[in-house]
Parts: sequence; C-alpha cells; structure tokens
Amino acid sequence: MENVLEVKNIEKYYGSKSNLTKAIDNISFDVKKGEFVGIMGASGSGKTTLLNCISTIDKVTAGHIYINNEDITKLKGNKLNKFRREELGFIFQDFNLLDTLTAYENIAIALTIQKVNANDIDRRVKEIAEKLEISQILNKYPYQVSGGQKQRIASARAIITNPKIVLADEPTGALDSKSARQLLDNFEYLNKQLTATILMVTHDAFTASYADRILFIKDGKIFNELCKGNDTRKEFFEKIIEVVSLLGGELNDVI
Amino acid sequence: MLFKLSIKNIKKSFKDYAIYFITLVLGISIFYMFNSLDSQQAMLDISASTRDIIKLMLGMLNIVSVFVAIILGLLIVYANGFLINRRKKEFGIYMTLGMSKRQISKILLIETLIVGVLSLGVGLIFGIFGSQLMSIVVAKLFQADMTKFEFVFSMPALIKTCIYFAIMFLATIVFNTFTISRYRIINLLNSSKKNEKVKMKNPIISVIVFIIASIILGYSYWKVTNGVPTLSTIDKVIPIIILGVISTILIFWSLSGFILRLVQNSKKIYLKDTNIFVLRQLNNKINTNIASISVICLMLFMTITILSSALSLRNTLEAELDKMTPVDINLYKIANLPEKSINMYGKEVIYTKEQREDSKITIRETLENNGFNMNLLKDVIEIPIYVTEELKFGNFFSNYLDEVKNKYPMVNFGSPEMLIKMSDYNEIAKLYGNEQYQLEDNEYVVVCNFDGIANMRNMALKGENILKIAGKEYKNKFKECNDGFIQLSTSKTNTGIILVPDSCNLTEDIKEQQLLVANYNANTKEEKEEIEKQFQDEGELTKKLKDKKIELDGVTKISITESSVGLATIVTFIAIYLGIIFLIASAAILALKQLTESSDNKQRYEILRKIGCDEKMINKALFRQIGIFFLAPLILAIIHSIFGIQFLLIMLDALISRKQLMPSIIFTTISIGVIYGIYFISTYIESKNIIKEE
Repeated sequence: MENVLEVKNIEKYYGSKSNLTKAIDNISFDVKKGEFVGIMGASGSGKTTLLNCISTIDKVTAGHIYINNEDITKLKGNKLNKFRREELGFIFQDFNLLDTLTAYENIAIALTIQKVNANDIDRRVKEIAEKLEISQILNKYPYQVSGGQKQRIASARAIITNPKIVLADEPTGALDSKSARQLLDNFEYLNKQLTATILMVTHDAFTASYADRILFIKDGKIFNELCKGNDTRKEFFEKIIEVVSLLGGELNDVI
Repeated sequence: MLFKLSIKNIKKSFKDYAIYFITLVLGISIFYMFNSLDSQQAMLDISASTRDIIKLMLGMLNIVSVFVAIILGLLIVYANGFLINRRKKEFGIYMTLGMSKRQISKILLIETLIVGVLSLGVGLIFGIFGSQLMSIVVAKLFQADMTKFEFVFSMPALIKTCIYFAIMFLATIVFNTFTISRYRIINLLNSSKKNEKVKMKNPIISVIVFIIASIILGYSYWKVTNGVPTLSTIDKVIPIIILGVISTILIFWSLSGFILRLVQNSKKIYLKDTNIFVLRQLNNKINTNIASISVICLMLFMTITILSSALSLRNTLEAELDKMTPVDINLYKIANLPEKSINMYGKEVIYTKEQREDSKITIRETLENNGFNMNLLKDVIEIPIYVTEELKFGNFFSNYLDEVKNKYPMVNFGSPEMLIKMSDYNEIAKLYGNEQYQLEDNEYVVVCNFDGIANMRNMALKGENILKIAGKEYKNKFKECNDGFIQLSTSKTNTGIILVPDSCNLTEDIKEQQLLVANYNANTKEEKEEIEKQFQDEGELTKKLKDKKIELDGVTKISITESSVGLATIVTFIAIYLGIIFLIASAAILALKQLTESSDNKQRYEILRKIGCDEKMINKALFRQIGIFFLAPLILAIIHSIFGIQFLLIMLDALISRKQLMPSIIFTTISIGVIYGIYFISTYIESKNIIKEE
C-alpha cells in the first residue's frame, strides 16, 4: 500500500541559540493510505507542534514532509493555501464551526472555497450528511445541536473535499464520553467505509484505542510505537495503558 | 508611570484609534471653518448692506454650532465608548494586577487628553487651510473682489473651537470614569467570550413585512410627488414622514430576514467562493443593527436632500435674479387713503389731511414736491392699479370655485384682484422686455408666473370664464395664465394680474395704488449706489417723507440682489455645515458598528483561514462584507432622496429649478463619496488588522 504521508527526519526548534528548545527532535514515520494513526503524548511533548508542521500551519526547522510524494516544506504562499485547501482535512478540538452558518453551509463552504460547481456541492453535502447521519440537522445552527453532532458536522466538512489525509487535533477534547464515543465510531466509519486516511493527536488512551497504530511522543522524539494488529479494542487499550505508564507519571490524566 | 503606560497604549492601539481620530479631526476642522467665516478676507470686502446679512448669518451659524457641538459630542462619547469596550480585557488584567479603578480612569484621562490635544492640533491645521479654500467659495457666493488674497486666521474661532471641544473631552472623561466604576473584573476578563444566538426570522413573515413596508413607502413616495396639493400644512406632512421612518425600519428588518433566502435560491451565487459566509455575516449584522442602520439611512437621506436642494436653491436664485429685476427701482404708493381704516392687526388708523391729499397725486408729483431731482431717474413710467369690490380672488373662479376650494382648502380667497389697463401694462412690459398683449373690448388676460397659483387659475381658464368688472362682462382671451410680472422680486412670485382693455370703466375712486418703475440715470455701479442712497433709510428724501408721514414703498434691484444672495448664502452655508456633520456622524457610527463586532469576526475569519482560505479570499470576503454594510443604508437613502428632492422641487417651485439641480447633485455626490469613502477605507483597513491579529 502506498504512503500518503512520509515524515523524514524533521526537527523544530524554538528560541535562540543560547536557549534552545527542541519541540521536535528528529522524528520520522510513514502513514499508509487508509490508515488510522494516533499520536499520543503528554502536554508539551511536541505532538501538537508535529501536527501543525504536517498541516502546514507551522514550518519545520529541518527535514522533509511528503504528502502524496509532494514535499510540503517547499511550498509557499498561495500554493501552500491551495494545498491545504485541497489535500488536507481538519478536525479541531473546539469544532471551529462558523456560528453564523447552518450545518449545511458549514459543510458546503469547504467546497465553495475550492470553486467546486454549485450543483456538485449540493449533491455532495447531502451525500456526506446521509452517511454521517446528520441529514436531519442540516438546517440547524451550531448552537442548536449537541456537541457530538457538531463534531460530526466538522467531520463532514473535513472529508467532503476528499482530502489525502484528515488531521484531527484532540477531537474528543471538548466532548462528554458519550459524544466522544459517537464521534470515534464516526471516525471508524470514515476510515473503514469511506477509506479516509486519518492522523489523530490525542492524550486520551480510550480515544487512541480506536486507531490502527499509535506513535508515542516524549520530549520531541518517538518513544514507542504500537500496532493494533488483530487485537480487540480492549486488548489494544490495555497495551496503550502499559506504554503510558512506562512513559512516566506525568501522563496520569490519560484515562 | 501611568503617563508612560498611556503613551504606550496609544501607540499600541493606534489602529483602533484611527476612526476616533478621523472623526475628531474632521469635526474640529469643519467646526473651525464655519466659525471663522467672519474674519475671512472675502467677507471684509463685501458692501455695507450685505454685511447686515452676514451678521445675521453669523448669528445663525452660532446657534447651529451649538447644535453641531451636541451631535459631535455624542458622537465622540460613542466612539470613545467603543474604544473602552475593545479594551475591557486589558483593564481586567490591570485590575487583577491590583490597579485601582481610579488609576485606570487616570490612564484613560491621560489618553483622552493626548489624543484630544493631538486631534485638536491636526484638526485646526486642516481647518485653517480648509478655511482658505472656503474663502474662495465665499467670495464667489458674495461676488466679492478676491484680487488681494490674504491668508486668514481667526483667533476667536480658534478659541471657540478649543473651548467647545474641551467641553466634549471633559464629557468623554466623565463618561469613561463612570463606565470604569461600574466594571467588575470577571466581566472584563470574560468579555471576549461570545455567546451569540442567531435569531432567525420566519422568511414568510419577512416577505409579508417587506411587501407591506414597500407599499407604505410607495404610498409615502406617491404622496410627496403626486399628492402634494393635499399636503398644504405641516401637520399633514408629519404623518408621511413618520410613515417613511417606519417603513425604512421595516424594510431593513424584513430584508435581513429574507434576502438570504432569496440568494439561496440561486445556487450559482450562493455556493460561490465565500458568499455563504459574507451573506450570513451581513444577515447577522443587519439583524442586530436594524435601529442604527435605519438612523444612518435617514441621516444620509437628510444629508443628500439638504445638500442638493440648498445648493440648487442658491444657484436658481442667482439665475432668476437677472430676469426678475429688469429695472433699477419700483416705487408704489397707496391711492385714495380714507380718513380712517382698520389695519391688518385690527387697529384703527387715522390718516391726516396731508396724507390723504398726497395719496391722490402721482408718485412723480410726490417726489418733486419733496425736492427729489427727477433727473436722477430715467425711463420713468407710472401707472395706476385698480381693485374692485366685486372681484375678489374667489370671484375669479366663478363656477369652478367649489372644485378649486376642495383642492386648495388653505388658500385665502378673499383678497382683491389687481386690475391694470392693457396699454399701461404694455408700456411696462416693453421696458421690462416682457410680452405685450392686445385685447378686444370684451376680453381680459391673466398674467401670473407663480406656478402654484397659476395652476389654480388655469382650472378656471380652461373653459370660458366670464368676469364682471366695473359693470361689464369680460371673457378670457387665453385658456391659461400668461407669463409676466410688474413688480421686481427675487423670483417668480406674481400671483396674478388681470389685464383689461383701456375701454374698461376703471375710475379714479377705485384706484388702489400707483406704481412707478424707473432706471437710475447712471452708468457705473458706484453711481447707481449713490442714487440708491436717496431711497435708503438715511437718505434725504426718506427723511422728508417720514416727517410728513407719507408712505412710499419700494424695491430696488440692488436691495433684492443683496438680500436674495445673502439669504441664499445663509441657507447654503448652514445646509453644507449640517449636511457634512450629519454625513460624518452617520459614517462614523457605521464604521464603529462594524468594528465593534470585530472580535467575533476575528474568530470567524480565523476559522476560514484554518479550513484553507488564503488571505486574498479572506480580504475579499471582508471587503464585500463592509462594502455592503456601508452601501445598504446609502442605497435606500438615495431612493428616499430622489423622492425627497422631488417633493422639495414641488414645494419650493418658485425657488428651485430642475436645471440647477445637476451641479448640486454632483457636489453632494462628491462630498458623500469623499467622507463616506474615507470612513469605508479606514474601516476596511482597521478590520483587516483586527482579524490578522494573533
């Protein structure tokens, strides 16, 4: 299976020469097409910086990131925006839905800014809403729907553009456990049924247990890697907890 | 320490201050310009009689200035309130760090003072240079000699401006202290958290309301254009104005409810670029700002109407003046004074024998008897004007009276009609360069150039209209009134003179007055002014007549010119003054409204950026959003104005001509374009900065 994402020896430094902080210290990994990869780490471990670098919001100090064989560290200006618009999908912790727009419009705008044909937009929005079971709330405003529904709207917006990879930053962070579970079921659906490639950052072990593979990050380095393989989710979850306890006391809030 | 903080704050939030600063500078410079009028070079060169009018104008400007100061004061307090609101969080942090409210008020006081002094300085510089520009305009208006141009600086205006604005800043400081004293830390720190629910209106109700509002508006428009005759008094106009205001509010209210729906029907537009977002933003904005948008729309409407009609009023007066004053002087004297009569105040007046005797002789004789040198006049023509008991204004309409009274209930039908013999009129018409008439023995002609009255008279003249004059019947020669006049005046105000054949039996005893028209026997302006002095209050002739209590009225070309130019200038100046202040006020409120919601906007634009919009798209969306927000009230205001100006054209028919309207509309467009444009661009730039902030 081909690699959608290849991260090669990237480094990210903050601060001056005398007081250097290595947020990312020589990280490399690949994500294959259709994979669901989790990145775990405590706060300050560098996981969000990593995601920002992949999502082109931040720039790496050294190294290369390839998405679909294109080196995104070389992209600049409008090309970068175009790339982000067309090849990446985002799911944010606080949903980042526009409060003035309805669910339908929140999803549609991802396509309108790509200048997709108007008739196609309508069809695609309805299609994705059907799949994510949000057809009923398409005409509602974000404040009128539950947290889980908001997250599903955000998911729909992220994948409607058929991105090469969906990047999710703490997607369950703002949800209660029931909504979180619903969302993760959705992620599974996106991943298995719609064959979306997902890269998810989280510090929550349960959330992480939905992934196929997990990278553990500590002090800017990959500390461990776990594959689900043929394990059940429960077994996988227990393995995750083991690694987390290995990682050290500071990740006590994992569960 | 606090001073340092204040300076840093101003530097840091300079962008926020831009709109506030622009408003202050514009306000101050315009205030100075209009208050420095009296010391302008052009004013000093104007002739003595016009100076009285200037004095009157300055008095009026003083009163208007107080009004303007109140508007500007409110505007400044409002703009300042916006600044404080934007900095709530900053104050919250100061307070958590242990700063007292008093200290925060002190910081704000210093800031207000610095910005105040700065804007006063810049505003006055602009004002001083602006007033140079204005003095050229003034010179043109008053036809003053501008060959010796000098730089003008008015100390009194400067002091006045400083005092007025000092008071305004004081009010701002009081307001700030009050606002700060009510703050609680928790509210300050949480102030950036938004919790807005989008209220949606039922689109069907919106459409219905819109239709109703349009009908009301259409009715008002119809009323002020086609229904003018029914609006003869103010109390009949006011309901129309109220209807206009209500429908304006309703239109904005309903528009925000269904325009979105309308656009949604066209997927091509709706699902293009960031249109969804822009539409929703606007919808949301208009929704929460209906009151202010309506007020702005109405203010703009006033600005447009005031500016364009006041300016054309001036131009029209000027253009008509030459035509309406073909000779230098008109003198008239009441004939056949009785021993006593009741004057217009209901008081009995007794006339002396001397007065009565004088009223039986001609004006020429009166002049000669009182030592006036008739050689000072040339082209002298004197005619009698008659009235009869049997022919009042109401009698003129004979069979049509009821119809006319129905249509024009407010007109006084009891005033007597003026009668002049054909050959007398023709003599004057020849001198004036007006049309002359020939009548058969049983015909009459009506000469009338005041359109309102002419229209009334024409209702009767369209058929055969028999009038009984001095025991004989006469019929109308023409089916309508004819153009013409005998008295000098500022504009077309002749309400009607009936010309009868010379054979008509008009006897000495029904003679109402004598009229003498003449030119001054002089060639230059100076010589003419010298002769004019004879007829002025301090002239020798006037004194003599006064001693004998002989009343000789008159109008002169010079006095009409001066008073009409002066009057028009007063109106024009005050209109420009108020119009521009209204314009500044509405543009500033619009700009501040737009910026007030910037923190919400910032979050929204940040989301757009995150889902992949590039800066170009975001700027385009922002530009459209602000552009439409600025345009919406302006468009409705322009539509209002089209009808408002029509109404004024009809009401002030004699004073405004359509031909003169174009230059004033161009001037109005330019002023609105410049001031509105400045605010629009600064708002756009400022908003762009706000949404870019990290």
